[in-house]
Amino acid sequence: MPGLPVVFFIMAAVAIGTAAGMVISRNTVYSAMFLVLNFATVAMLYLILGAPFIALSQITVYAGSIMVLFLFVIMLLGVERMPDSANLRWLPVVAIPLLGVLLAVLGLTFFNRMGSLAGAADVSSTFGAPNEIGALLFTQYTLPFEITGVILLTAVIGAIILAKADHPSARDEARAARLAADASSKKDVPAGAQHD
Amino acid sequence: MVPVTYYLALSAVMFMIGILGVLIRRNSLVIFMSLELMFNASNLAFVTFARMHGGLTGQIMVFFVMTVAAAEVAIGLALIVEIFRTRHTIDMDKLNSMKG
Repeated sequence: MPGLPVVFFIMAAVAIGTAAGMVISRNTVYSAMFLVLNFATVAMLYLILGAPFIALSQITVYAGSIMVLFLFVIMLLGVERMPDSANLRWLPVVAIPLLGVLLAVLGLTFFNRMGSLAGAADVSSTFGAPNEIGALLFTQYTLPFEITGVILLTAVIGAIILAKADHPSARDEARAARLAADASSKKDVPAGAQHD
Repeated sequence: MVPVTYYLALSAVMFMIGILGVLIRRNSLVIFMSLELMFNASNLAFVTFARMHGGLTGQIMVFFVMTVAAAEVAIGLALIVEIFRTRHTIDMDKLNSMKG
């Protein structure tokens, strides 16, 4: 494909730029927006790599559900209005050089063990198509698939229980009031005149 | 044609930026978002390997990682909301006590 390297480099620049913007930005909502753009860019990279199902899953699940969840929580907590007190001074000074060292080690490993610099081999036009992934998911990877269903069920139940507010419900309050009234009325009635 | 190693390098750089976010930022939500960035970087590596070897196993792995990440984000955000309700802060430096 003639124009492909340019597309890759533009996508890569946008991906790295938005990732850095997410980490650097002081406003939490801006960070979430940067991350949405990063996810969309990575989805386009998946398309170039021949994974159309994964690319659309990325947009639906990551950019469309997870980031919306993040934005809801940011809105609920009112985080962007919180004052941002001073950071620990030495933390970025230590973290960034250490990361530079890690990146240098990774770069050296890449250049020493890179192998041929050929592009990826051409694949069939149905590579990564939903029916092929579905065929694998339901035959060879059925057990992890079913376990993933159980994981999702557990997550739903756990999230509902965790997010449930802690105030007593109206029914509990009515029951407590009724028990208190019964206890006080039993104290008033003399012992011989009690009726059930 | 772009060598597939460039995709792996991009995945490594995104992973580093994610680690940087987890180390430097104190806002719990931004730390969580940096975790998602790290997940994405590893997903990119998986898809690249799937393309390199011509098999779909890498993409199946990405499918499972995405599903489990979605479940984890749901629980994690519920936990953050709960922490905010009791401690009234989500600043990591102030969440330094396991009590209460």
